Amino acid sequence: MSELKSGHRVLTCINCPLGCTLDVEIADGEVVRVTGNTCKRGEVYGRKEVTNPTRIVTSSVFVSGSSTGARTVSCKTASDVPKDKIFDVIDAVRGVTVPCPVHIGDVIVPDAAGCGVDVIATKEVF
Amino acid sequence: MIYDLIVIGGGPAGLAAASAAHDAGSREILVLERDERLGGILNQCIHNGFGLHTFKEELTGPEYAQRYIDILTGKGIEYKTDTMVLDISSDKDTLIKTVTAVSGSDGLTVYSAYAVVLAMGCRERSRGALNIPGYRPAGIFSAGTAQRLVNIEGYLPGRRVVILGSGDIGLIMARRMTLEGAKVLACAELMPYSGGLKRNIVQCLDDFGIPLLLSHTVTEIRGKERVTGVVISEVGEDRKPIPGTERFYECDTLLLSVGLLPENELSKELGTEISPVTGGPVVSESFETSVPGVFAAGNVLHVHDLVDFVSEEAAAAGAHAAAFAAELKDRAGAPDTELRDRGIEITFDGGPRYTVPQFINPAHVSGPVKVRFRVGSVLKNRVVKVLFDGNCVLSKKRNVMAPGEMEELLLKEELFAGNRGLKEIRISVEEESV
Amino acid sequence: MIYDAAVIGAGIMGVSVARFLSAYSGKFCVIEKNEDVCTGTSKANSAIVHAGFDAEPGSLKAKYNLLGSLMYPQLAEELDIPFRRNGSLVVMMHEEDRPKLMELYERGIANGVEDLEIIGRERLRGLEPHISENAVAALWAPTGGIVCPFLATVALAENAADNGVDFLFGTEVNALCRVKSAVIPERKDLATEHGYLWEIDTSKGAVYARSVINAAGVMSDIYHNLVSARKIRIIPRKGEYVLLDRITGGYVERTIFQLPGKLGKGVLVSPTIHGNTLVGPTAEEQYDREAVNTTFDGISDLMEKAGDTVSGIPFREVITSFAGVRAHEVGGDFIIGEPEDAPLFYDCAGIESPGLTAAPAIGKQAAADIAEKLGLKTNPSFNGTRKGFINPLEMAPEELAELIRKNPDYGKIVCRCEGVTEGEIRDAIRRKVGAKSLDGVKRRVRAGMGRCQSGFCSPRVMDILSEELGIPVSEITKKGGYSRIIADKIKCCSGEDKR
Repeated sequence: MSELKSGHRVLTCINCPLGCTLDVEIADGEVVRVTGNTCKRGEVYGRKEVTNPTRIVTSSVFVSGSSTGARTVSCKTASDVPKDKIFDVIDAVRGVTVPCPVHIGDVIVPDAAGCGVDVIATKEVF
Repeated sequence: MIYDLIVIGGGPAGLAAASAAHDAGSREILVLERDERLGGILNQCIHNGFGLHTFKEELTGPEYAQRYIDILTGKGIEYKTDTMVLDISSDKDTLIKTVTAVSGSDGLTVYSAYAVVLAMGCRERSRGALNIPGYRPAGIFSAGTAQRLVNIEGYLPGRRVVILGSGDIGLIMARRMTLEGAKVLACAELMPYSGGLKRNIVQCLDDFGIPLLLSHTVTEIRGKERVTGVVISEVGEDRKPIPGTERFYECDTLLLSVGLLPENELSKELGTEISPVTGGPVVSESFETSVPGVFAAGNVLHVHDLVDFVSEEAAAAGAHAAAFAAELKDRAGAPDTELRDRGIEITFDGGPRYTVPQFINPAHVSGPVKVRFRVGSVLKNRVVKVLFDGNCVLSKKRNVMAPGEMEELLLKEELFAGNRGLKEIRISVEEESV
Repeated sequence: MIYDAAVIGAGIMGVSVARFLSAYSGKFCVIEKNEDVCTGTSKANSAIVHAGFDAEPGSLKAKYNLLGSLMYPQLAEELDIPFRRNGSLVVMMHEEDRPKLMELYERGIANGVEDLEIIGRERLRGLEPHISENAVAALWAPTGGIVCPFLATVALAENAADNGVDFLFGTEVNALCRVKSAVIPERKDLATEHGYLWEIDTSKGAVYARSVINAAGVMSDIYHNLVSARKIRIIPRKGEYVLLDRITGGYVERTIFQLPGKLGKGVLVSPTIHGNTLVGPTAEEQYDREAVNTTFDGISDLMEKAGDTVSGIPFREVITSFAGVRAHEVGGDFIIGEPEDAPLFYDCAGIESPGLTAAPAIGKQAAADIAEKLGLKTNPSFNGTRKGFINPLEMAPEELAELIRKNPDYGKIVCRCEGVTEGEIRDAIRRKVGAKSLDGVKRRVRAGMGRCQSGFCSPRVMDILSEELGIPVSEITKKGGYSRIIADKIKCCSGEDKR
């Protein structure tokens, strides 16, 4: 992780549609204060976004043997992954085909891209 | 048989309405869905960000839909998929509704119900409505069509993409197509502000370095067979292109995310009064349209930006519909039309373009009333006031209000309790005095 | 194979000739560069069956307009296509233009148009309440009509195919030359009286025919000039239109023309046979024969102009705009028949307005002329009737229920805006001269023609096309050629370079 520069970083919180404008104050390589947030999640996001930004990654993969003619099942990382791993996660699901039936929560790719996070199904496909 | 309630549409609004109607005591409920599965457009919204309000956790669209589908099946509510409603009518005397639908398995079927909830959702504004000059090649998609192609069908519509309009689906597709290996060159927005949620600008455009060109529009589409490029121009304050600002973008795909329109063809034929501003039916605090016993909720009523609010609104509509059905059933064909006086029309100034509901009858209010509205331009440092006969009964400070984001005001039941003779309800958006 | 006649072009003109040729015994083909019929001028025009008052008396336009207009009612019945005589009004806005209105009336009489009348403001406004209050008088032509140009072309083509005509699609004619029939050793028997055959060099190889009919629309001068020293010249003339949602149906009941005046020819406002409202066209001369792009100025201009005669047109209900290129010949008239120096090369060239009206009449004449020259007898097995597409949602309930019982596909609605079922779409693809593209389906059964402009139904229609044609979805096109809809399957590209 790169050294944090002291000063202020202005961010938009992505937790909910409010989209609060956050001011993250950094001094001596550490976050000292987050302002502008409406809730606690905003503060957590503000701290994380400047130190170790993460995202939930969503995608879809092909299925085989669907009785309903479905071609794909949607999927997501079970929890957020470092932002710079987004494309690695996408690479990890590339070319994957899962047999039907698929249930919400079924693991599609375990420990995707070595992030320690599984990619799981988000749809019931029969 | 006569159903208590028929819900037209099995998307988020329809599912929530049916479920809430069941909770309110209706037992004979039928949900009619035109697609092959319940869930509506949520099935193709595979991104996350749904459910924070409803389920207190962050879900993807299909997961959110499944929660409601499970509730529906748990309650044993009847539904039919692959079924398209062709016509809805309401008998003037008995107020019994007749719903005509067609499907491959059941053929042409006519259903009857005491109440109907309209939950048909919305459609995307197409290129034709925009009058973008140029050719008509392949490679022009509404963002939602592209979303379906990618997320359901598993196809990539193109490799070099320009997006016109910064609606949420367009922003979501910018990210989705980037992740699938396409290059998204730019997102052009006619207005000086985004039409989508701020968080989508951050995580769908900024994360991937996709430029958002505010006050820009596509002024020409090139390519006789497949799109070969588009010309983007800057627009002035009058939203007209400024000559000399044209820039050519070589691309094979143009996605349009330029607004959603409530799908009210059935409602219009039924004779419900339609608001020219929302494009949806005019409703009272119970979400009842101008046709007694016909309720509306979700995007068919007015376009929402958050599915959680669709569910909430639809649940309220479903509960009111259940109450109507129970009452009409009790009266056995002798409805009391007196009760259907929709009350006072909400007026507004200083920013709102409309309110939903449009009418409140203080005598009918049971429980809190949520009034939702959108503003017509970006407003900063405002106070939103609710005035009952000129007296301020609620005041809410808002730092920023934008057309892309819906506002809501919660009017508690107590406000109306002592105000049954109310004459005027006004929403006034004022500049904050320093 | 040596054809008795080869028609170049599968627009309304070419398929009209083919359909009437198929009433004679012989082998005929239609050669078309695109993937389907009705892809050029025939697909983008005013969709009007003109009464016939407009053309110069004595011109071919005047002659065939009237003949065509008289043929349409019966033809529509034989081919089972919708056609309606909704009547036309030419509206005069200024008293000083009355001589022009009278001239039009006189011209109509001279051309043989029946029931023409000049009507005053009162009656005009009684007929059409949305006519501008400034309108003074109008020429009323009750015989004017509206037709679906797509269905007319498709129906003629299907009927021609039913009677044995071959359709060669995706086949572009590159060159034409007359060769001595003797050079085709195996078919000496087919030598014409001149001892010549036409060798038609196409993108898919040579086609031989005893006669050629040039129905190539905006390209018709090119083919004519290949074989004749008497040159003709087509100046492509673009016309832009806007189409309004069916919700506006009935805004005008009749076709409202503007009296050509100081401001040029004017634009029309007309209902379409399917209940939309059509406004257009502009008229812009250009070099590019395929430049069917709309322009900002063109569209704004016609919306403004249309407002002169019809008030309050609900332009917020516009669902699409489009442009067509008309084959305007510099001489101003149709060019029909054989050039003196090119026997058995039969021109149906310069077919611009009123071409849609005139095409069946010209086709009938051309077929008769060719048959006479080649000595073709009438085809005893010719059947001039064709069954139209089933429209389930317009059926009586019991009839529809029965239909769905027999074939559930007719209960599955694919295009919600226009109410088009899977059964209709499959029928459109399976028929002779069937649809091969999204636009082909749209022109036949209207899936994708409505207010969402195919947003909802196109993925499903692509699937059905793929199934019926036995090709992968990735090869499905919007309109043939390089107009593929999708680039690939997902998860095919590397994300490497995006980091």
